[in-house]
Amino acid sequence: MTLDLIDHSWTGLHIRVQQSHPIPLDAELLCEPGKLTALVGPSGSGKTTLLRSIAGLYRPRHGKVRCGAKQWLDTERDFDIPTQKRRVGFVFQDFALFPHMTVLDNVKIAVHPSTDRPNSTKHAIDVLRRVNLTGLEHRYPKMLSGGQQQRVALARALAREPAVLLLDEPFSAVDQVTRRKLRLQTLQLTRRLNIPIVLVTHDLDEAAMLADQMCVLHRGQTLQCGTPEEIRERPTSTLVARLVDIRNLFEGSVAEQKPDEDLTRLNCNGCSIDARCFAEFNVNDKVCWCISPSSVLLHSRLRPSNGEKENPFSGEIIELVTIAGISSVTVDCEELNACLTMDLPRHVVFRNQLSVGYRISFSLLKDSIHLMPWKPLNDSKDADNDDPYVSLK
Amino acid sequence: MDWQAFYLSIKLSTYTVAILLLLGLIIARWLAWRDFAGKGLVEGIVALPLVLPPTVLGYYMLVVLGRQSPLGMAIESITGQTLVFSFAGLVFASVVYSLPFAVQPMLRAFEAIPQTLREAAWCSGLTRWSTFWRVEMPLVKGGVFSAMALSFAHTMGEFGVVLMVGGGIPGQTRTISIAIFDRVQSFDAEAAGLMSIVLLLFAFCTVSLVYVFGRDSQR
Repeated sequence: MTLDLIDHSWTGLHIRVQQSHPIPLDAELLCEPGKLTALVGPSGSGKTTLLRSIAGLYRPRHGKVRCGAKQWLDTERDFDIPTQKRRVGFVFQDFALFPHMTVLDNVKIAVHPSTDRPNSTKHAIDVLRRVNLTGLEHRYPKMLSGGQQQRVALARALAREPAVLLLDEPFSAVDQVTRRKLRLQTLQLTRRLNIPIVLVTHDLDEAAMLADQMCVLHRGQTLQCGTPEEIRERPTSTLVARLVDIRNLFEGSVAEQKPDEDLTRLNCNGCSIDARCFAEFNVNDKVCWCISPSSVLLHSRLRPSNGEKENPFSGEIIELVTIAGISSVTVDCEELNACLTMDLPRHVVFRNQLSVGYRISFSLLKDSIHLMPWKPLNDSKDADNDDPYVSLK
Repeated sequence: MDWQAFYLSIKLSTYTVAILLLLGLIIARWLAWRDFAGKGLVEGIVALPLVLPPTVLGYYMLVVLGRQSPLGMAIESITGQTLVFSFAGLVFASVVYSLPFAVQPMLRAFEAIPQTLREAAWCSGLTRWSTFWRVEMPLVKGGVFSAMALSFAHTMGEFGVVLMVGGGIPGQTRTISIAIFDRVQSFDAEAAGLMSIVLLLFAFCTVSLVYVFGRDSQR
């Protein structure tokens, strides 16, 4: 769906921006009310610029921004509503609290000027209660912890009764424990808001946890938008796959197409791999393919199952890292001439007594194998060298 | 003690500070947040009186404001009087001479305000004017106070420029520093000493206040 085709009853946020300089942009975004859209991508990919364009803090050379029935920007008509009139709630990365004002005044300043003084105080106190800051009204920002400051910033954004909520890496300036708590609180709070919410984040796990929709940006261009699961399991290109840190990414070619059996057979380093049917590729086409680490099935020696017949392979464990109950097991698979990662619950690792140097066999689930147009995987031109998301393969 | 010269210096400093408050805020805010070609040149011109000998500055003031210059002639045709050897001329010269003392502290104060703070104000619905009064001014007040105190003290003590431009006419352009010089020339050590100690105490109090207030505003 493009911006021009959207009817006027649409109540979400639409933005389309295009320019070649000073910052290259070619992005389009549709955000539904009540849904959280996460913008992800490497540093300098234009995430924050896109967010600032929505707020009116940055004016692209060509673009349109519409929120519900209200047009905020249309460069073709030289129409540009100033930030003050856009009704955006913006949580900045550094929170940008006014240091000379108390918590209450920081929130009250954003209450609509038409509200009279007693009511604006009441409204501000109510918003502070919603973010669990009751009792801190008369403190100054420097007297608060990072997490409390973040909630004041969120309260100020909400006090405006915004038509859209914009969050620019709001959890990056707090410690990990606070970040986890704040994410949960934000998730609960935003679920009750019936407005579009746009979150800029570097953290893919954060995006996957909070977002209903994820948009991958690279060099100012929106490469793919979809649910976090869609993007992580079915990236449209190898570039998207790299940007969202898909670890099991390989090259191969189409050996056989059997649409009636919902089968595309791949040839990968001389091995045959069955995938669900990808009719857009022809036999002998070079392709790239990926599989989610959680879709690699470990074969249990004690209890063989039918799943073992599905693309079975074996290899030696070369790395085993456990974080938060999930073990990431990297296997050197000689048949594929590649390293493959699988995510297993810690108890599975424990029960199977897995350790580095141990040989295991596993299956690649047919329905979880995803094919993409071929691009050389060792080509570094697509992704920046300093791209934090590109895994060192 | 030449009270007339002392009051004239106070009057000159008050006028200068009032003009510099407005001019300094405009220039400092402009330099802090705008990038433009030749910004370094503008900053250089503003800071020039810091390093230029006052007599050189005074000489060019005479050249620019004198009866033979186009500007001097234009001012005389409009106001009916020349700026040279007048109180108005002294104010003009003092404003130019003390400009860096006003602009620099304000510039540092404006530069210390993160851009996101102003943007947060706009996103909160504040107009640019409200943002200036409710967010920027409270945050730069320490810098503005320093600027005013330093400009006041600097104008009180200026000698070379006022002598060149004003000529030291009693009651019109003779400031306290010129009066001290005159007393020394007349071997009136007692009067020169008294006026010097008054100026010294005044300068000490001003600079101390700048530090005390500056520290308080950082807390």
